[in-house]
Parts: sequence; C-alpha cells; structure tokens
Amino acid sequence: MAEEMRVLLEYADKINPEIADEYVKIGGYVGLEKARKMDPNDLIQEVRSSGLRGRGGAGFNAGMKWSFVPKNAEIKYVVCNLDEGEPGTYKDRIICEKNAQALLEGMAICGAAIDSNQGYIYCRGEYPFIVKLLKNAIKSAKELGALGDFNIEVRMGAGAYVCGEETALIESIEGHRGEPRFKPPFPGVAGLWGVPTVVNNVETFACLPSILTNGAAWFAGIGAAKYPGTKVLTLTGDTNNPTYFEVPTDYILRDVIYKLGGGVKGGKKLKAVQVGGTSGAFIPESNLDTPIDFDSMGAIGAALGSGAVFVMDETRDIVDIVSRISKFFEHESCGKCNPCREGTFRCREIMEKINSGKATQKDIDNILLLSRVMKKAALCGLGQAAPIPIESTIKHFADEYARKIV
Amino acid sequence: MADYKDIIASCKDQKGGIIEAFHALQQEFNYIPREALTEAARVFGISEAQAYGVATFYSYLSVEKRGKYIIRMCESAPCHVAGADELLKAIEKELSIKVGETTSDGKFTLELTECVGQCQATPVITINSEPLFNVTAEVLPQVLSAYK
Repeated sequence: MAEEMRVLLEYADKINPEIADEYVKIGGYVGLEKARKMDPNDLIQEVRSSGLRGRGGAGFNAGMKWSFVPKNAEIKYVVCNLDEGEPGTYKDRIICEKNAQALLEGMAICGAAIDSNQGYIYCRGEYPFIVKLLKNAIKSAKELGALGDFNIEVRMGAGAYVCGEETALIESIEGHRGEPRFKPPFPGVAGLWGVPTVVNNVETFACLPSILTNGAAWFAGIGAAKYPGTKVLTLTGDTNNPTYFEVPTDYILRDVIYKLGGGVKGGKKLKAVQVGGTSGAFIPESNLDTPIDFDSMGAIGAALGSGAVFVMDETRDIVDIVSRISKFFEHESCGKCNPCREGTFRCREIMEKINSGKATQKDIDNILLLSRVMKKAALCGLGQAAPIPIESTIKHFADEYARKIV
Repeated sequence: MADYKDIIASCKDQKGGIIEAFHALQQEFNYIPREALTEAARVFGISEAQAYGVATFYSYLSVEKRGKYIIRMCESAPCHVAGADELLKAIEKELSIKVGETTSDGKFTLELTECVGQCQATPVITINSEPLFNVTAEVLPQVLSAYK
C-alpha cells in the first residue's frame, strides 16, 4: 500500500473553494441536508459510531464531545480551531484552500447536532489570505442558502501558539490575552462567553460531510479501527517531496517517508523523524514500521498530533535542533503557570548549555527531572508537551548528547 | 490616512472585537498608536492597562512604531534546518539592522517569527504577511528590491 486516499481533498484544485455552487455540484451539502432531517440525538450517535476522533492532536471522539453539551441551554456555539501553530503543519490551510465548503458544512452539521446557529472560525494571524477566502466562501454559501440559518463569523488570531489550546482560543475570541483556563468546566459546559461550546479542529469538521453522506459504517471501515478515516499529513525537512498527502490512518510511517516522500533528500540516510509538530517525539529509524494512527503512535511513545512529519537526515545535529525547539517553547509559553513559564526557560537554558559543549551528566539528569515535573504540573498541553522532544531524544539519541557533554 | 477613531468604531459591534480592531489599526498604521489604544479600551469598555495587556500578548501586534514593510523571518525547526540562521545574518547585513530594529529610512522592520505554515518551500520569510518561498542569501537583494 503506497497510495494516497483522498476524501477531504478528493476535488483539490478541481473546484473553487470560495464558490458554494461548485461544491454542491460534486455532492456537497447533501450531508447537512441529511443531518437536518435527523433527530439531534441520532445525529450525535451517528457521528459517535463513525469513530471520528479529533484531528487537532488530542484524538477525542467527536460525537462524544458533542454529547456533553447540555440540551437545555438557550445559546450554544460551534467554534472551529484554525490556529494551526504547530511548526511544520499546514494541513488546515490546505483543507481551506482546497475544500473550504466542507469545513463550513461540517460546522453546520455540528450546529444541527447541538442546536446552535452561530459558529466562529478562529484563524491564525499568519493566514490573512485564508480569512479572506473563508469570508468569501461563507458569503457564497449564505447566498446559495446552503447554510440555512447557521451563521459563521471569522476571527483572526495574532501570532500566539498557545491559542491552539481550546480555552486559550476562547479567551482570544473574547478579546482577551490568550491564556488557557482551568478545566473543568470544559468548553462543552461553559465555553465562549460562558455558554456551552464545541471546539473542533478544521480537519475534524471537514470529515463530517462525507460521514453523513456515506454513513458512519463507511467511515469506520477506513484505516485503523480505533482511529478511522483519513489523515492529511505535511512532510517537511530533508525529504525529496516536501508537500501534503491524505492517507488512510493505518498507513505506515516508513511509506510516508520513502514512498510518498520519495526518500531522504540527496540519497542520505535517515537519522530521525519527528511526527506531530515541534511538540512531538523524535522517532528513530527502528520504529518506522508503525502505522500513523493515534494509538499506534502512542504505543511507541510518540504522537500523531497535527500530522506534521519532519524528516532529518544522518548529518543533522539532533541536540542543535532540540535546542532550537526549546527556544520555541520558551517564546510561546504564555506565562500563566509556573511549571511552564519557568520550566521552558530552564529547558532552553540547559539545552543551550549542552549544545555549546559546556554541560555535564548532571545537567542531563536535571533536565529529565524538570521534564517529569512539567509533564505532571503544567496547566495546559503546551507546558506538558514542551519536554517531549528533549526526553525522546535523550532516550533514542543518547550518543548525540554524550558527545557534547564534558 | 483613515482616522483611528473610525477604524475602531467599525469594529465595535463585534463582541470582544478589540483584537479585530487592533488588526484593522495595524492595517493602516503598521502598529497600534498610543491614542488608538486608549480609544479602543474606551470603546470596548476595558481599562487601558487591560487593552495594553492584550496588545502586548500577541506577537503580531505592536505598540511600537514600525517600518512600512515588516519582514518576519521564520526560525522554526523546518526553516532552521533549511538554513534560517544564515538567511537571518544575510538580511541583517543587507539592511544594516538587527532583529527588532527598523531601517533609518523607515522602510523595513525585521522581526523573528515562529512557523508561518508554509513549510513546503523553506526557508520562508513574510513581508507584511505575504509569504515568500525558498529565500536564500543569493536571491535576497532581488527579493527586497521589489519593495519600494
């Protein structure tokens, strides 16, 4: 198996994402029509039984997330997470550029399930051209009457990685500093402006139209049994083919790199691959025969995350790259909780000490201890994930560290 | 040049829209002038300190005056391995400024950024949010010459 399987991107570059009518001609908005005729409980059950799990990185069952929204609340919101800040990731941008109407349809399907008529798309500040595209796409869908009474407003972020965390994202839409909230309550109970809110990733929403059109069983039968469907990946770094792909979720990591990616650039050997963005674990060559789905990646101590696949060849300096990554987390830590604010600062400090050849074994021991504290004590995923690249490289690439310490 | 009060007023109907107002202000002035910050705080019913807190939280917002063109150099891992450090040095040399500074003619401001989501063609810089691909030290003078 080395072929792509395109569901979300089936009509990429064949239709104009801004024109709702073109999407309707290829079978668009049929899923929404079907969803609107269903009882909301049955609709939630249908999505739940499709096995669709969050594509932003956390992998939570989408239908189950929706089922937490109280039925009796007067106002509810549907929020789309298009913050996509994970370095090496651009799949949500691609989904919008190729098939924005599927995202809008998916949000309206969620609206039908939880009885909400207002959606928000939170688009990262790095993508002003996507904000424009989406506004045109929404206008076109509204004019065609495809969205019915469901309204969607686009809000633009302003360059804060932490706003990919759902409660920080909500704070940002409300016009505040994007600092994560304490949970519980979860957004499903008290989210945007304190009312029940479903926050899902772009790709999660974009999966919904085909689930409704083709049925939950169809979707559940694609790819890995426990994380069904397809996944859009972005391949970066030392690859011959730095682009995006859509594959079934039981696709093997080795095939992503060697078949779709055409192997390592310049015919060099592979040293490591980091999956899921900059917060993901570094994976050694020996683990390449792992399917990319959420649970298989978890079983080797890695994560599918956003679906970014960052390839590093044999000449790359792992410690140098991890030092750069530790600077990223120091910069992006929002400063709300101490384990992350102080922890990311110290991680960067120790990594730079190691990278400059001035560290001892004691520093390695300290950074591993600090990692454990951060993973347990940080308020949100940022601080919890920040030490993962460090820990995973100390584990799998100990030699790279050993040759830099005194 | 549009009046900052009109710009802020055009966003006031958006609930929690102060960040949208800041974007609109930056579209016009490339930064958030002090008097505009005060006005935005008043319109959105928060203290000036809170508005300042929001404006300085986000890396794309600035309360300091900036040049006509804002160059952002991506230094995230995919750009890092593609030679971002060398490119950054070349930009600094070409414009005779350091990161965070503006050229004396007020034309270019140089900032660092994290991933801008264009990793198919690294290294990437953006100029006023427009991404430019596969930028190397060799092609840099030509790239910059397009910005008058």
